[in-house]
Amino acid sequence: MASDTVNSTLPEGSPPPYDPRGAGSGSAGESVRKALLTGVSRYGLIGVWAIVIVVFSILRPDTFPTTANLQNILGTQAVLLVLALALVAPLMAGDFDLSVAFVMAFSSIMVAKLNVDQHWPILVAMLAALVAAFLIGTVNGLLIVGLGIDSFIVTLGVGTLVFGFTEWISNAQTISGVSPHLVEWVLTNRILGISMSFWYGLLLCFILWFLFQYTPLGRRFLFVGFNRNVSRLTGLRVDRLRIGALISSSVIAAIAGILYVGSQGGVEPTAGQSFLLPAFAATYLGATTILPGRFNAWGTFVAVYFLVTGITGLQLLGVQNFVQNLFYGAALVIAVALPRIFNRRRASEEAAAGT
Amino acid sequence: MGLPPQDQAASPTPTVESGGAAPVLSIEHLSRAFGGVLALDDVSFAIEQGEVHGLLGENGSGKSTLIKILAGYYAPEEQASLQVNGRPVRLPLAPGQARGLGISFVHQHLGLVPELNVLDNFIVGELAQGRATRPVSWSAEARRVRGILESFGLHLDPRATVGELSQVDRARLAIVRAVEEIKENLQGDGEARGLLVLDEPTVFLPREGIDQLFALVRDVVARHASVLFVSHDLDEVQAITDRVTVLRDGRLQGTVRTAETSGKALVAMIVGKDLEEFEAEPRGGSDRGQALVVRGLCGGGVEDLTFSIERGEILGITGLIGSGFEVIPYLLYGARQAEAGKVALGDDELEVSSLDPRRMLEGGVVLLPGDRQLLGSVGELTVGENLMLPVLSEYASVGVLHPRALRKVSKGLLSEYDVRPSNPEAIYHSLSGGNQQKALLAKWLQTDPSLVLVHEPTQGVDVGARQQIFAMFDRAAREGLAILCASSDYDQLARICDRVLVFGSGKIVAELRREDLTKNNIAERVYGAMSLNPQQPEDPNG
Repeated sequence: MASDTVNSTLPEGSPPPYDPRGAGSGSAGESVRKALLTGVSRYGLIGVWAIVIVVFSILRPDTFPTTANLQNILGTQAVLLVLALALVAPLMAGDFDLSVAFVMAFSSIMVAKLNVDQHWPILVAMLAALVAAFLIGTVNGLLIVGLGIDSFIVTLGVGTLVFGFTEWISNAQTISGVSPHLVEWVLTNRILGISMSFWYGLLLCFILWFLFQYTPLGRRFLFVGFNRNVSRLTGLRVDRLRIGALISSSVIAAIAGILYVGSQGGVEPTAGQSFLLPAFAATYLGATTILPGRFNAWGTFVAVYFLVTGITGLQLLGVQNFVQNLFYGAALVIAVALPRIFNRRRASEEAAAGT
Repeated sequence: MGLPPQDQAASPTPTVESGGAAPVLSIEHLSRAFGGVLALDDVSFAIEQGEVHGLLGENGSGKSTLIKILAGYYAPEEQASLQVNGRPVRLPLAPGQARGLGISFVHQHLGLVPELNVLDNFIVGELAQGRATRPVSWSAEARRVRGILESFGLHLDPRATVGELSQVDRARLAIVRAVEEIKENLQGDGEARGLLVLDEPTVFLPREGIDQLFALVRDVVARHASVLFVSHDLDEVQAITDRVTVLRDGRLQGTVRTAETSGKALVAMIVGKDLEEFEAEPRGGSDRGQALVVRGLCGGGVEDLTFSIERGEILGITGLIGSGFEVIPYLLYGARQAEAGKVALGDDELEVSSLDPRRMLEGGVVLLPGDRQLLGSVGELTVGENLMLPVLSEYASVGVLHPRALRKVSKGLLSEYDVRPSNPEAIYHSLSGGNQQKALLAKWLQTDPSLVLVHEPTQGVDVGARQQIFAMFDRAAREGLAILCASSDYDQLARICDRVLVFGSGKIVAELRREDLTKNNIAERVYGAMSLNPQQPEDPNG
């Protein structure tokens, strides 16, 4: 291009032309605007959450803004929180895992069956469920990474298979009467009046946040998810990382299953399905906040409780049950559409600015 | 500039065949700027009826911009005008509009669906046009298509899967399909003549296939349409075209009659004069030891290749696209699987089939790929994250990262390599091309490698950064680093290399040493590669 000619007129040893993009960009007003925009995209969901809380508090001042309701909201939805957190690692690494909800139901049935019918000690039953989940995750990983099949279809198939097993071993019957120790340690023991299951979910959130943010592992997942070629050429073990993420999602889903069984005292085999969509809605919505554009643990936490707050409030207003699905579905659609709209606008602004 | 005759192309003399009829296509004052740089600068030329018109130029000369304007992907700047068959056409063209004017394109990748059969591929365009529920009589269509193919001397089974055809037959199928499209679009317009645009159609073809392809092209020109033949292969252009238009740096260098112009004159038009001598001081001496020895490397179009590179040496490899030089960095890094051969890296002798990036990294080899967006970086993530990815474990104790140390080190690296802004938090793709490349250089050189494989290191890089990158290479080589630079930028090679290997048809056809390294010398060997082959290389065994 013209570069050659410019090059030749450049006296030898002259400093390179200053790259305008490197210059401290824009006026003070613009940087304030920028900071504001970042703030809005980072904490926007928290703001909306706060607005939702305020609105419901005004509409239902007697039942909504109460300690009991807060404890209820936090305590009852820990299973959803853990299941949504299970999805963060594989989604970060670029793979779907639709089997998590079925793995969750499978492991809760397994715990109940082994504990109630086979009289296994509860801890051994839990361990067996975790091992089974590990194996399911390995199968997912080997099919997706080893054979190079699309993760969506593999986990849908494996998930359905696992669901079939769940119905089989339970005879499609509800199993109840699980060890009271488990129920105690999940549901009835409380800190600050909130069931233990919430605190387990919070702890998991902490652990994942730390892993993703402060270890090389998290960065590697991130790069693998964004671009496998770049990752491979930078020496990452892409296959191992992807398989690892899929195993972790299965195992965390099994933890969700254990919490489920503990909080209900029993379990019905179809428990999983109603959790799948909300879990995806929460992880995707979570990727629009705290660290926008990246699947992240705290974003998922915020998203789960935002969704649950909304639904609880609507129920207190006396709205019918189908509103749950309306709410979750809308959240998922908005969560995936919003960043696109945002990016498109930014791209057109950049184009207009001639960069 | 010593240009061949007939420099003014805007008003070409009528060719013998056309007898004064209006040109099929006439372009005047065509320009197009990208971000203030003119990719096309006031280009005018015309394609006569019944001629094969060549369009020649290096990478970045503006050829593909011109084709994309015709195809309707880009809008030209305002003053441009276009006539098809003597009738003015309003610019910009909409995508697909050219087709209606009787202009059809066959691109390098042919646009065939390999999983489908010949018939499906042939009529897909018609199916896309018509009513979705109109029934198709497959046997009648098969007969019709077989007839059409036969009329061009192509004996293909309409039910054969396209992926199983030879490369040549695939290319010929694509061409016949395009010609049929032209005929259909010009139906009922007796005056109009069509234009077939062949955009680098021979890159993937074996030698013997090219003759078959050319026979088909001659048939097309004789009976159906003019042809615009886009290529950077001089031999082919000389073999098939009646006239040639040459572009360089977006500007028209002239339109000449092929028969009246020597190959040397064409090369001069394509690459221009050496504008300056390279300035780097000579580096190092002998006895530096080998950094890498390659024996019998095969794969990706390269055949039985043997060469070595010394410590502290910058070795350039070049050739035309498709000559095989451009895959070598990827084969040696294990990014792309090689078929056979051995590499000796220090004291280790490795089978190329066992190479993988992780292993090469451990052996001190790094790769700077030509495609920064797809292979070099993740644009959506920050500069710091991209920069530090290969060394994360060095900044972690008991598995925990030290964010502060990471930030400090990355900041230091960014200012050392003059990446602007030197802010690790900046999003990588917000950087200019030059700064992106400098950041990638920093990413890899911080690992203290012994061999750097680079592919087109200054593509999309501004002038200033280009100089800086040259200086960085030079400094690294002085410290004993070996650099293998695959590039088709002859100016760059002449400036930075100690030695340049020129490739043709997957083999080394010439070796140029320091004292012979000028832009023109390299270009002459590259464009001579086809005709010299398979004669003796210039400097066997150097």
